[in-house]
Amino acid sequence: MTGVDLPFIWAGLIAFAVLAYVMLDGFDLGVGILFLFVSGEKNRDEMMNSVAPVWDGNETWLVLGGGGLFAVFPLAYSIIMPALYAPIIAMLLALIFRGVAFEFRWKTERRQYLWDWAFAGGSISAALAQGVALGALVQGIPEANRAYAGGWWDWLTPFSVITGVALVGGYALLGASWLIYKTEGDLQARAYRYAAIAATTTLALIVVVSFWTPFLNAHYMARWFAWPQILYGAPVPLMLAGAAYALFEGLRLRRELTPFLASLALFVISYIGLGISFYPFIVPTSVTIWEAAAPDNSLEFLLFGVSVLLPIILAYTGYSYWVFRGKVNAHAGSYH
Amino acid sequence: MDALSLARAQFAFTVSFHIVFPVFSIGLASYLAVLNGLSLVTGREIFLEAFNYWKKIFAVAFGMGVVSGIVMSYQFGTNWSVFSDKVGPVLGPLMGYEVLSAFFLEAGFLGVMLFGRERVGPKLHFFATAMVAAGTFMSAFWILAVNSWMQTPAGFAINDKGQFIVVDWFAVIFNPSLPYRLVHMLLAAYLTTAFIVGAVGALHLLRDRRNRAARLMFSMAMWMATIVAPLQILAGDAHGVNTLAHQPAKIAAMEGDFDTHAGAPLILFGLPNMAQERTDYAIEIPRLGSLILTHSFDGVVKGLKEWPVQDRPNAAILFWSFRIMVGLGFAMLGLGVWSLYLRLRGRLFDTPLLHRAAILMGPSGIMAVLAGWVTTEAGRQPYTVYGLLRTVGSISPIGAVAVGSSLLAFVVVYFTIFGVGVFYILRLMNKPPSVSAGELPKNEPIRAAGLLPAPILEPAAAP
Repeated sequence: MTGVDLPFIWAGLIAFAVLAYVMLDGFDLGVGILFLFVSGEKNRDEMMNSVAPVWDGNETWLVLGGGGLFAVFPLAYSIIMPALYAPIIAMLLALIFRGVAFEFRWKTERRQYLWDWAFAGGSISAALAQGVALGALVQGIPEANRAYAGGWWDWLTPFSVITGVALVGGYALLGASWLIYKTEGDLQARAYRYAAIAATTTLALIVVVSFWTPFLNAHYMARWFAWPQILYGAPVPLMLAGAAYALFEGLRLRRELTPFLASLALFVISYIGLGISFYPFIVPTSVTIWEAAAPDNSLEFLLFGVSVLLPIILAYTGYSYWVFRGKVNAHAGSYH
Repeated sequence: MDALSLARAQFAFTVSFHIVFPVFSIGLASYLAVLNGLSLVTGREIFLEAFNYWKKIFAVAFGMGVVSGIVMSYQFGTNWSVFSDKVGPVLGPLMGYEVLSAFFLEAGFLGVMLFGRERVGPKLHFFATAMVAAGTFMSAFWILAVNSWMQTPAGFAINDKGQFIVVDWFAVIFNPSLPYRLVHMLLAAYLTTAFIVGAVGALHLLRDRRNRAARLMFSMAMWMATIVAPLQILAGDAHGVNTLAHQPAKIAAMEGDFDTHAGAPLILFGLPNMAQERTDYAIEIPRLGSLILTHSFDGVVKGLKEWPVQDRPNAAILFWSFRIMVGLGFAMLGLGVWSLYLRLRGRLFDTPLLHRAAILMGPSGIMAVLAGWVTTEAGRQPYTVYGLLRTVGSISPIGAVAVGSSLLAFVVVYFTIFGVGVFYILRLMNKPPSVSAGELPKNEPIRAAGLLPAPILEPAAAP
């Protein structure tokens, strides 16, 4: 496969895996974030059942993102993980709490409230930790001698806190609009309200982060404001405005699917914006995609597997969603 | 404690907790697929009852396996970043294949298997169950390829950045110890599950020996013990011979041999003393060590003194972890043989002593798996990639405080969360499977394992 830029292809694939994770686990984390705001046992049962059959498939994309980074960009993996040590550990622990809650919640009546808290607390903490980790990555991670060369608290800054809160808001938006799509009646009415609140917060924070990012370093500034690079970036804010309009119109007109699709679009567009900032770095602004890449034969070997298996995975993931299509209710489809 | 010891403790702790769930899941997924298939072929309600009983337990165990597994996939980067950078080009793609071919398969079909029978019908439901089982098998294959490569590296070169790179993928994946480790581990998973299923069946037989589902489970589990336990001992022996060829220092530590012998004794018990380079209070059988390892009375078995002090694995750990594993293996064989004897005499379901013993042996598979993994992993020390990359040269440039506090957090969270999870599993196991005997039609013959050969062999239980 000489002449093919394997590191570039792989950067695209890893980016796809992370985006798939954010979009898919995003809505089930979002359901967790909203969990304690919704009272009533029936409502909560429905919320959980709306994501129970798909959550662990969604979370598998996180393993693919991490495992893929290890496989094809081992240098990036070995710099980013120690740099983001605390938020990563916090995220892993949080995911444990909310993951087991899917099963444990049904195994007790007296202590069900504990697992409700674990589900909500774990979802909120995981989202916050991911957002902080993202912010810390965007800020840039220093490298020396193939290792992380910064301090242990570098990840904690006002910027990373803002991105953390923004991601909690964004996931809440995905969760609320998912619930609009999957539920009806009282729960759906609540979901419309939460979606409106989450959408307003998220958009405000996206704007803050977008204006802050170019001032973090000269590379981002050049990406967004230097001629002719500005041409790549210019459509992003316009598309963002379009998605925001579709979202609010969808909520106003009480559409059921539009808010979810528009929220996903917000994520995709913001993600494209990030990609424009990052390129060509995989560890901004220390290591490029090509510097971090494993030798071509490693990339090639796994690429073969991806090109065969990824379409199959997408097909049966789609099938699994199709099996559980339609409105959820508190009892059908539950084996507990 | 320094960062290295803490990072090793963290890996040992998190992987030991994690491994229990996938091992149980690998065996249980196959058992569920068999039950689902039998229900499809025979149309008998009993198989579906047993399926639904174990499905709930599977869901809890699988969930804990998923969340503790995500921790593992990130820990390579957080605590072992130098290792990750150096071996990523070799091991990363294998783990990538594990995610692509196994994790997605499991997760994609788990929802349908757990929730979807009425939605997709029995045939597709069986297919989904079989896919989950296939996923657990694929996962075992890839992760054992990774581990085996670390034990017996092959098919690689080292580049100018100090990274291991691949010369021959086939040699990397099918490295010299993979076939032995894979067979040994899969049999271990089946035995682990069989002994847990057997213990649950036995518990409910003690309470009500007419409970049909309990009879089914117990009978199937004891068949597994009877057939698989001896196979596992043979597989373990072959694995040991393979280890002697590739990692003789590990064998020396397992045997507690410090001196090289032709015609080495088998030390049954003793206290290996690393500082004094001898095994204290040893009880030996002459020449048996050579016979077992080299299959010859006069075979030469190297002692630990053949290696410099800094290259030796810790015999004090290996000697005992190995004996615990072997002892449990023979106890399993004993239960298998005993159950066969009682089965042939038609008393499989009517011997409370056997049922009590089966309950006692319930966790034996888990304990043997942990002891076995301690043996092989501690025996790989002081290397991460055997003979090539030292553990001390694999760790992240990270402070002891960070590793120590995350270790503490993992200990607290794991004991709490997985403690509760195990409690819920035990509570599910405590519920009787299927309808109680009192609700059975009075005139229906009790035929636990109608499809299996059991009734033919059990005149007493046949109608």
